[in-house]
Amino acid sequence: MQSGDLKLVLPLAALFAVFFIAPLCVLVVMSLSTDAEMHRLTVAHYVKFFTDAFNYSILWNTIVLGVKATLLCLLFGYPIAWVCSRAKSRWQAVLLFLVILPIMTSVVVRTFSWIVILGRQGVLNQIAMGLGLTSEPLRLLFTEFGVVIVLAQVQMPLMVLPILTVMSKTDPNLADASRALGAGEWRTLWKVTLPLSLPGVIAGCILTYSASVTAFVTQTLIGGARLVYMPLHIYQQAIGANNWPFAAAISIIFMFAVLIVVYLLNLLTQVTPAAAKS
Amino acid sequence: MQSQNSIIDWEAMSLRFVFTALTAIAVVFLIGPSLIVILTSLTASQSLKFPPDGLSLRWYVALLNADQMQQAAWTSLVVAFWAAVLSAVLGTAAALAISRSNSTAGRAFDMLFMSPLLLPALAFGFAALVFIYQLGLRPSIPFLVLGHVVVCVPFVLRTTLAALTQLDPALLDASASLGASRWMTFRRVILPLIGRGVGAGSFLAFMASFDNVPVSLFLADERTEVLPIHLWQQIETNLDVRTAAASGLIVILTLLLMLLAERFAGLTRQMR
Repeated sequence: MQSGDLKLVLPLAALFAVFFIAPLCVLVVMSLSTDAEMHRLTVAHYVKFFTDAFNYSILWNTIVLGVKATLLCLLFGYPIAWVCSRAKSRWQAVLLFLVILPIMTSVVVRTFSWIVILGRQGVLNQIAMGLGLTSEPLRLLFTEFGVVIVLAQVQMPLMVLPILTVMSKTDPNLADASRALGAGEWRTLWKVTLPLSLPGVIAGCILTYSASVTAFVTQTLIGGARLVYMPLHIYQQAIGANNWPFAAAISIIFMFAVLIVVYLLNLLTQVTPAAAKS
Repeated sequence: MQSQNSIIDWEAMSLRFVFTALTAIAVVFLIGPSLIVILTSLTASQSLKFPPDGLSLRWYVALLNADQMQQAAWTSLVVAFWAAVLSAVLGTAAALAISRSNSTAGRAFDMLFMSPLLLPALAFGFAALVFIYQLGLRPSIPFLVLGHVVVCVPFVLRTTLAALTQLDPALLDASASLGASRWMTFRRVILPLIGRGVGAGSFLAFMASFDNVPVSLFLADERTEVLPIHLWQQIETNLDVRTAAASGLIVILTLLLMLLAERFAGLTRQMR
């Protein structure tokens, strides 16, 4: 029975072997090759990446961008999940629908609407100038600040959903008990609700971070040509410069950079039960 | 005692106030852009301005003559359809197998199939392109569909696995002991019970494929241009109001599809 059941996994496993694992292996070999025909092996592309400050700074900026967008998502996403988990079921469905709506809408469309909002004569600048906050239009497009704002909006649902899942499984009596024992609301949040929801927070951070660093459309349209992040760097080297081995090397480095952060965040999950007890 | 009580009440109020205010800001932040894009697309003038100078549907009418955009939209729909169908079939089969096995093999497969969600999709898209060229082939629609299946199947897998954990194994035993074949048990017992999970996952896979840029960027060319890439290039080069109209149309269609998915598959409940 057991072996017969695992057979059903085979079609998808075959697709992944041929069209996921094999391409990634070829990518590794390509990154270690002197040229696109893969004649000889070399580590020159990796050496080039890590000895050139320009490449290095792109990787660093991409990681920082991901961290900033993730923190902004957390600042708003956690309260949404908190309010949602306490709302009556009808309101909960409405709120959840509003949260999911943006992630279903095409990312190009969402980013485009932000161009209308952040542009020199955009909505935000008109409001700011109308209120007399500034006489000159503010520069919001093509800045890191703009990219972080838009990424936070685009990826917010990825933060809210895992937190909400964990929160709605948590026993509400625990928070009540904390209050009955005299802890205030903020103290209960900090000492009870937050530690208990930490697995959801970490899962949300992992999803938001890995989506933010690879968000090619948002990064290129809001960041413009001057702000280069890793996805655009890979695209330019692969398609623009036609330098496949180097593009492959930076793809591999990028994947490792993402996986290391995901791994570190995952380690936190294993620490949390102990942290919650103490 | 009295004073302490009043402090606690004030504190409770302050927390609720702060969190409700942040949620209210976030909701405006989440919904505002979609509303603004619809209003902008209704402008009567040549330029993208908010608020628009006068309302008209002229840019939506102009979409009727946007041949390239229509062609790209059609390609996207075809690719998303096949990607969703293949993801649904392969993902449901895999989810059935994974949910029944407690072995490490099952968990390893689960991790493998979910990994496209975490790995940079752009790096995978490039890897697929390199791989296809190494095989001596060229990118084509079938390869594009397979690439989309790899990045879309995690959605089906997740919702279907969640639905399967709710399934009582006693029902399967009952079905088998009453003489039903395994296929019969699947069709008459399992599928009706996990159908909403599979449906929600397939819907998510369809939307993810329709919206995909990182993989299409490498596996689609001028002949097989997909809609998100066409729009991306439009916005990068010559921003015109037709793009806003196309965006408005996408927002409205997405909303309608989501309401349908909510009605028939309980989308919001499946995503938690």
